[in-house]
Amino acid sequence: MSSSRRDVLDTSAAPSRPARRTAEFTPGLQLSGDHDLCPGCGEPIALRAILETLAELGLADAAIGVVGIGCYTALTSLIDVDLIQALHGRAPSVATGAKRMRPETLLFTLQGDGDMVNEGLQEVIHAAARGEKITCLLLNNGVFGETGGHMTATTVLGQRTKNTLEGRNADDHGHPIPIAELIARLGGTGYAARGSVHDVKSIATTRRYLRRAFEHQLRGEGFSFVEILTMCPTGWFVPTAEGPRYLEEVMGSVHVTGELKKPGR
Amino acid sequence: MSGVASRGTVVIARERCKGCTLCVPACPPGVLHMSEEVNRSGLAYPELVAGCTGCGACSWVCPDFCFEVYRYEEPVTHAVSR
Repeated sequence: MSSSRRDVLDTSAAPSRPARRTAEFTPGLQLSGDHDLCPGCGEPIALRAILETLAELGLADAAIGVVGIGCYTALTSLIDVDLIQALHGRAPSVATGAKRMRPETLLFTLQGDGDMVNEGLQEVIHAAARGEKITCLLLNNGVFGETGGHMTATTVLGQRTKNTLEGRNADDHGHPIPIAELIARLGGTGYAARGSVHDVKSIATTRRYLRRAFEHQLRGEGFSFVEILTMCPTGWFVPTAEGPRYLEEVMGSVHVTGELKKPGR
Repeated sequence: MSGVASRGTVVIARERCKGCTLCVPACPPGVLHMSEEVNRSGLAYPELVAGCTGCGACSWVCPDFCFEVYRYEEPVTHAVSR
Protein backbone atom coordinates (compact mmCIF):
# COMPACT_ATOMS: atom_id res chain seq x y z
CA MET A 1 0.00 0.00 0.00
CA SER A 2 1.56 3.26 -1.10
CA SER A 3 -0.64 5.48 1.08
CA SER A 4 1.24 7.47 3.68
CA ARG A 5 0.06 8.79 7.00
CA ARG A 6 -1.03 12.05 5.42
CA ASP A 7 -3.61 10.07 3.44
CA VAL A 8 -5.53 9.09 6.57
CA LEU A 9 -9.27 9.16 5.92
CA ASP A 10 -11.87 10.77 8.15
CA THR A 11 -13.40 8.01 10.29
CA SER A 12 -15.07 10.22 12.88
CA ALA A 13 -18.58 9.92 11.45
CA ALA A 14 -20.72 7.86 9.08
CA PRO A 15 -19.81 8.31 5.38
CA SER A 16 -21.58 10.99 3.39
CA ARG A 17 -21.56 8.89 0.18
CA PRO A 18 -24.38 6.33 -0.21
CA ALA A 19 -23.41 3.32 1.87
CA ARG A 20 -24.98 0.43 3.75
CA ARG A 21 -24.02 -0.16 7.38
CA THR A 22 -22.98 -3.81 7.68
CA ALA A 23 -21.77 -3.87 11.29
CA GLU A 24 -22.62 -1.69 14.26
CA PHE A 25 -20.12 -0.94 17.02
CA THR A 26 -21.78 -3.47 19.29
CA PRO A 27 -24.00 -6.49 18.56
CA GLY A 28 -27.74 -5.85 18.71
CA LEU A 29 -27.95 -7.77 22.00
CA GLN A 30 -25.28 -5.63 23.61
CA LEU A 31 -26.18 -2.36 25.27
CA SER A 32 -22.77 -0.66 25.28
CA GLY A 33 -19.20 -1.12 24.10
CA ASP A 34 -17.64 0.35 27.24
CA HIS A 35 -16.00 -2.12 29.59
CA ASP A 36 -12.97 -2.32 31.86
CA LEU A 37 -11.34 -5.50 30.57
CA CYS A 38 -7.66 -5.26 29.60
CA PRO A 39 -6.37 -4.28 26.14
CA GLY A 40 -6.16 -7.28 23.81
CA CYS A 41 -8.54 -9.45 25.86
CA GLY A 42 -10.18 -12.26 23.91
CA GLU A 43 -13.35 -12.46 26.01
CA PRO A 44 -15.23 -9.51 24.44
CA ILE A 45 -14.35 -10.96 21.02
CA ALA A 46 -16.00 -14.24 22.04
CA LEU A 47 -18.95 -12.34 23.51
CA ARG A 48 -19.62 -10.72 20.14
CA ALA A 49 -19.55 -14.11 18.44
CA ILE A 50 -21.97 -15.57 21.01
CA LEU A 51 -24.45 -12.68 20.95
CA GLU A 52 -24.46 -12.37 17.16
CA THR A 53 -25.02 -16.12 16.80
CA LEU A 54 -27.99 -15.94 19.20
CA ALA A 55 -29.43 -13.06 17.18
CA GLU A 56 -28.88 -14.83 13.84
CA LEU A 57 -30.81 -17.83 15.15
CA GLY A 58 -33.63 -15.57 16.37
CA LEU A 59 -33.08 -16.70 19.96
CA ALA A 60 -32.81 -13.31 21.66
CA ASP A 61 -36.07 -13.74 23.55
CA ALA A 62 -35.80 -17.51 24.04
CA ALA A 63 -32.32 -17.54 25.55
CA ILE A 64 -31.36 -17.61 29.22
CA GLY A 65 -27.68 -17.39 30.12
CA VAL A 66 -26.15 -18.61 33.37
CA VAL A 67 -22.92 -16.82 34.12
CA GLY A 68 -19.98 -17.96 36.22
CA ILE A 69 -17.36 -15.88 38.00
CA GLY A 70 -14.47 -14.39 36.05
CA CYS A 71 -13.43 -11.30 34.12
CA TYR A 72 -16.32 -11.93 31.70
CA THR A 73 -18.77 -11.46 34.59
CA ALA A 74 -18.03 -7.74 34.26
CA LEU A 75 -19.51 -7.89 30.76
CA THR A 76 -22.92 -9.10 31.96
CA SER A 77 -24.21 -5.57 32.57
CA LEU A 78 -23.77 -4.99 28.81
CA ILE A 79 -25.77 -8.03 27.70
CA ASP A 80 -29.42 -7.66 26.67
CA VAL A 81 -30.27 -11.32 27.29
CA ASP A 82 -31.87 -12.79 30.42
CA LEU A 83 -29.07 -13.86 32.73
CA ILE A 84 -28.70 -15.69 36.03
CA GLN A 85 -25.54 -15.22 38.10
CA ALA A 86 -24.40 -18.56 39.49
CA LEU A 87 -22.05 -19.33 42.35
CA HIS A 88 -18.47 -20.00 41.29
CA GLY A 89 -18.43 -23.10 39.08
CA ARG A 90 -22.10 -23.99 39.52
CA ALA A 91 -23.55 -22.60 36.29
CA PRO A 92 -24.26 -26.01 34.67
CA SER A 93 -26.37 -27.05 37.67
CA VAL A 94 -28.31 -23.78 37.70
CA ALA A 95 -28.84 -24.13 33.95
CA THR A 96 -30.03 -27.70 34.49
CA GLY A 97 -32.75 -26.51 36.86
CA ALA A 98 -33.82 -23.63 34.65
CA LYS A 99 -34.00 -25.80 31.52
CA ARG A 100 -36.02 -28.51 33.26
CA MET A 101 -38.55 -25.91 34.40
CA ARG A 102 -38.53 -23.99 31.10
CA PRO A 103 -37.87 -26.60 28.39
CA GLU A 104 -38.95 -24.18 25.65
CA THR A 105 -35.99 -21.87 26.34
CA LEU A 106 -32.39 -22.03 25.15
CA LEU A 107 -30.15 -22.41 28.21
CA PHE A 108 -26.46 -21.63 27.92
CA THR A 109 -23.73 -21.14 30.48
CA LEU A 110 -20.87 -18.67 30.15
CA GLN A 111 -17.87 -19.78 32.18
CA GLY A 112 -14.12 -19.39 32.28
CA ASP A 113 -11.55 -22.12 32.78
CA GLY A 114 -11.07 -21.20 36.44
CA ASP A 115 -14.81 -21.34 36.99
CA MET A 116 -15.57 -24.47 34.98
CA VAL A 117 -12.43 -26.61 35.20
CA ASN A 118 -11.15 -25.66 38.66
CA GLU A 119 -14.04 -24.57 40.84
CA GLY A 120 -16.85 -26.46 39.20
CA LEU A 121 -15.39 -29.41 37.32
CA GLN A 122 -17.90 -31.91 38.68
CA GLU A 123 -20.85 -29.69 37.72
CA VAL A 124 -20.07 -29.66 34.02
CA ILE A 125 -18.97 -33.30 33.92
CA HIS A 126 -22.16 -34.50 35.57
CA ALA A 127 -24.39 -32.22 33.49
CA ALA A 128 -22.77 -33.66 30.36
CA ALA A 129 -22.99 -37.25 31.58
CA ARG A 130 -26.69 -36.78 32.39
CA GLY A 131 -27.26 -35.45 28.90
CA GLU A 132 -28.86 -32.23 30.12
CA LYS A 133 -30.32 -30.29 27.21
CA ILE A 134 -28.16 -27.22 27.83
CA THR A 135 -25.17 -25.64 26.10
CA CYS A 136 -22.08 -24.92 28.18
CA LEU A 137 -19.69 -22.30 26.79
CA LEU A 138 -16.15 -22.13 28.12
CA LEU A 139 -13.88 -19.12 27.62
CA ASN A 140 -10.46 -20.70 28.17
CA ASN A 141 -7.45 -18.44 28.61
CA GLY A 142 -5.46 -20.66 30.95
CA VAL A 143 -5.37 -18.21 33.87
CA PHE A 144 -7.52 -16.94 36.71
CA GLY A 145 -7.54 -13.50 35.09
CA GLU A 146 -9.92 -11.77 37.46
CA THR A 147 -7.97 -12.57 40.61
CA GLY A 148 -4.52 -11.78 39.26
CA GLY A 149 -3.60 -14.23 36.52
CA HIS A 150 -2.50 -17.37 38.34
CA MET A 151 -2.52 -20.91 37.00
CA THR A 152 -5.71 -22.85 36.29
CA ALA A 153 -6.30 -26.52 35.51
CA THR A 154 -6.04 -25.75 31.78
CA THR A 155 -2.70 -23.86 31.92
CA VAL A 156 -0.38 -25.68 29.51
CA LEU A 157 3.02 -27.02 30.53
CA GLY A 158 5.69 -24.36 30.23
CA GLN A 159 3.18 -21.51 30.42
CA ARG A 160 4.16 -18.58 32.64
CA THR A 161 1.50 -17.36 35.04
CA LYS A 162 1.62 -15.30 38.22
CA ASN A 163 2.37 -18.38 40.34
CA THR A 164 4.31 -20.38 37.73
CA LEU A 165 6.84 -17.70 36.88
CA GLU A 166 9.31 -20.24 35.47
CA GLY A 167 6.52 -21.93 33.52
CA ARG A 168 4.13 -24.69 34.61
CA ASN A 169 5.95 -27.97 35.16
CA ALA A 170 4.28 -31.33 35.63
CA ASP A 171 6.30 -32.37 38.71
CA ASP A 172 5.24 -29.37 40.75
CA HIS A 173 1.94 -28.37 39.18
CA GLY A 174 0.46 -31.44 37.48
CA HIS A 175 -0.83 -31.65 33.93
CA PRO A 176 -3.47 -29.54 32.16
CA ILE A 177 -6.99 -30.97 31.88
CA PRO A 178 -8.25 -31.23 28.27
CA ILE A 179 -11.84 -30.52 29.24
CA ALA A 180 -13.41 -30.62 25.78
CA GLU A 181 -11.98 -34.11 25.14
CA LEU A 182 -13.26 -35.33 28.53
CA ILE A 183 -16.74 -34.01 27.82
CA ALA A 184 -16.79 -35.36 24.28
CA ARG A 185 -16.10 -38.83 25.70
CA LEU A 186 -19.30 -38.84 27.78
CA GLY A 187 -22.42 -40.55 26.48
CA GLY A 188 -24.72 -37.67 27.35
CA THR A 189 -22.80 -35.26 25.15
CA GLY A 190 -24.18 -34.78 21.67
CA TYR A 191 -21.97 -31.99 20.42
CA ALA A 192 -18.54 -30.82 21.58
CA ALA A 193 -16.13 -28.46 19.86
CA ARG A 194 -13.17 -26.24 20.63
CA GLY A 195 -12.72 -22.96 18.79
CA SER A 196 -10.48 -19.94 19.19
CA VAL A 197 -10.46 -16.19 18.59
CA HIS A 198 -6.85 -15.70 17.49
CA ASP A 199 -7.77 -14.51 13.98
CA VAL A 200 -10.77 -13.85 11.74
CA LYS A 201 -10.80 -17.35 10.29
CA SER A 202 -10.82 -18.98 13.73
CA ILE A 203 -13.61 -16.64 14.84
CA ALA A 204 -15.69 -17.62 11.80
CA THR A 205 -15.16 -21.29 12.62
CA THR A 206 -16.06 -20.70 16.27
CA ARG A 207 -19.30 -19.00 15.21
CA ARG A 208 -20.15 -22.12 13.21
CA TYR A 209 -19.52 -24.27 16.30
CA LEU A 210 -21.74 -22.02 18.43
CA ARG A 211 -24.53 -22.24 15.89
CA ARG A 212 -24.30 -26.05 15.76
CA ALA A 213 -24.27 -26.31 19.57
CA PHE A 214 -27.36 -24.12 19.94
CA GLU A 215 -29.15 -25.96 17.12
CA HIS A 216 -28.30 -29.23 18.83
CA GLN A 217 -30.02 -28.06 22.00
CA LEU A 218 -33.04 -26.80 20.07
CA ARG A 219 -33.45 -30.25 18.55
CA GLY A 220 -33.56 -31.65 22.10
CA GLU A 221 -30.61 -33.93 21.46
CA GLY A 222 -28.73 -33.62 24.74
CA PHE A 223 -25.73 -31.78 26.09
CA SER A 224 -23.69 -29.49 23.88
CA PHE A 225 -20.38 -27.81 24.60
CA VAL A 226 -18.19 -25.18 22.94
CA GLU A 227 -14.83 -24.20 24.35
CA ILE A 228 -13.39 -20.94 23.02
CA LEU A 229 -9.68 -20.23 23.50
CA THR A 230 -9.22 -16.54 24.35
CA MET A 231 -6.22 -14.25 24.75
CA CYS A 232 -5.10 -12.95 28.15
CA PRO A 233 -1.94 -10.99 27.36
CA THR A 234 -1.94 -9.43 30.84
CA GLY A 235 -1.95 -12.81 32.56
CA TRP A 236 0.54 -14.34 30.13
CA PHE A 237 3.13 -11.52 30.34
CA VAL A 238 3.04 -11.00 26.57
CA PRO A 239 2.43 -7.78 24.60
CA THR A 240 -1.13 -7.42 23.31
CA ALA A 241 0.01 -7.74 19.69
CA GLU A 242 1.57 -11.15 20.43
CA GLY A 243 -1.52 -12.50 22.19
CA PRO A 244 -3.09 -14.16 19.13
CA ARG A 245 0.14 -15.90 18.12
CA TYR A 246 0.71 -17.11 21.69
CA LEU A 247 -2.85 -18.39 21.85
CA GLU A 248 -2.58 -20.28 18.59
CA GLU A 249 0.90 -21.72 19.07
CA VAL A 250 1.23 -22.27 22.83
CA MET A 251 -2.29 -22.94 24.09
CA GLY A 252 -3.59 -24.20 20.75
CA SER A 253 -0.89 -26.88 20.50
CA VAL A 254 -2.28 -28.58 23.63
CA HIS A 255 -5.93 -27.57 23.47
CA VAL A 256 -6.34 -28.44 19.79
CA THR A 257 -9.24 -26.79 17.99
CA GLY A 258 -11.90 -28.64 16.03
CA GLU A 259 -15.15 -30.53 16.43
CA LEU A 260 -14.71 -33.39 18.89
CA LYS A 261 -18.18 -34.87 18.81
CA LYS A 262 -21.06 -34.47 16.39
CA PRO A 263 -24.45 -36.15 16.26
CA GLY A 264 -24.28 -39.65 14.86
CA ARG A 265 -20.62 -40.08 15.70
CA MET B 1 -1.02 11.69 -6.97
CA SER B 2 -2.86 8.49 -7.83
CA GLY B 3 -6.15 6.91 -6.81
CA VAL B 4 -7.05 3.94 -4.65
CA ALA B 5 -10.61 2.61 -4.60
CA SER B 6 -12.46 1.90 -1.36
CA ARG B 7 -15.48 -0.40 -1.45
CA GLY B 8 -16.20 0.29 2.19
CA THR B 9 -15.21 2.35 5.18
CA VAL B 10 -15.34 2.33 8.98
CA VAL B 11 -16.16 4.72 11.77
CA ILE B 12 -13.59 4.38 14.53
CA ALA B 13 -14.45 5.07 18.19
CA ARG B 14 -10.97 6.32 18.91
CA GLU B 15 -11.67 7.40 22.49
CA ARG B 16 -12.78 3.88 23.42
CA CYS B 17 -9.69 2.27 21.87
CA LYS B 18 -7.20 0.75 24.32
CA GLY B 19 -4.43 0.53 21.73
CA CYS B 20 -4.15 -3.29 21.58
CA THR B 21 -3.38 -3.20 17.79
CA LEU B 22 -5.21 -6.49 17.05
CA CYS B 23 -7.09 -4.84 14.16
CA VAL B 24 -3.93 -3.95 12.23
CA PRO B 25 -2.79 -7.47 11.21
CA ALA B 26 -6.42 -8.67 11.00
CA CYS B 27 -7.27 -6.23 8.19
CA PRO B 28 -7.08 -8.23 4.91
CA PRO B 29 -6.22 -5.25 2.63
CA GLY B 30 -3.86 -3.83 5.29
CA VAL B 31 -5.42 -0.38 5.38
CA LEU B 32 -5.31 0.15 9.17
CA HIS B 33 -2.28 1.47 11.03
CA MET B 34 -1.79 2.87 14.50
CA SER B 35 -1.82 6.64 14.95
CA GLU B 36 1.10 8.82 15.96
CA GLU B 37 -1.34 10.95 17.97
CA VAL B 38 -2.94 9.58 21.11
CA ASN B 39 -6.48 9.67 22.47
CA ARG B 40 -7.52 11.15 25.82
CA SER B 41 -6.31 7.97 27.53
CA GLY B 42 -2.87 8.53 26.02
CA LEU B 43 -3.12 5.56 23.67
CA ALA B 44 -2.52 5.21 19.95
CA TYR B 45 -5.61 4.22 17.97
CA PRO B 46 -6.15 2.80 14.46
CA GLU B 47 -6.34 5.04 11.40
CA LEU B 48 -7.75 4.13 7.99
CA VAL B 49 -6.21 4.78 4.59
CA ALA B 50 -7.75 4.12 1.17
CA GLY B 51 -8.54 0.55 0.10
CA CYS B 52 -11.07 -0.62 2.71
CA THR B 53 -13.36 -3.37 1.40
CA GLY B 54 -15.91 -3.12 4.22
CA CYS B 55 -15.29 -6.77 5.11
CA GLY B 56 -15.74 -6.19 8.85
CA ALA B 57 -12.70 -8.19 10.03
CA CYS B 58 -11.66 -5.27 12.29
CA SER B 59 -15.05 -5.36 13.95
CA TRP B 60 -14.78 -9.10 14.64
CA VAL B 61 -11.34 -8.95 16.28
CA CYS B 62 -11.69 -5.68 18.24
CA PRO B 63 -12.15 -6.39 21.98
CA ASP B 64 -13.39 -2.85 22.56
CA PHE B 65 -16.14 -2.51 19.97
CA CYS B 66 -14.43 0.42 18.21
CA PHE B 67 -15.52 -0.24 14.61
CA GLU B 68 -18.72 0.49 12.74
CA VAL B 69 -18.52 -0.88 9.18
CA TYR B 70 -20.06 0.44 5.95
CA ARG B 71 -20.10 -0.76 2.35
CA TYR B 72 -20.38 1.91 -0.32
CA GLU B 73 -23.05 1.45 -2.94
CA GLU B 74 -20.43 2.46 -5.52
CA PRO B 75 -16.66 2.25 -4.89
CA VAL B 76 -15.13 5.57 -3.89
CA THR B 77 -11.74 6.53 -5.28
CA HIS B 78 -9.44 8.36 -2.86
CA ALA B 79 -6.45 10.35 -4.06
CA VAL B 80 -3.28 9.12 -2.36
CA SER B 81 0.21 10.58 -2.39
CA ARG B 82 3.12 8.57 -3.78
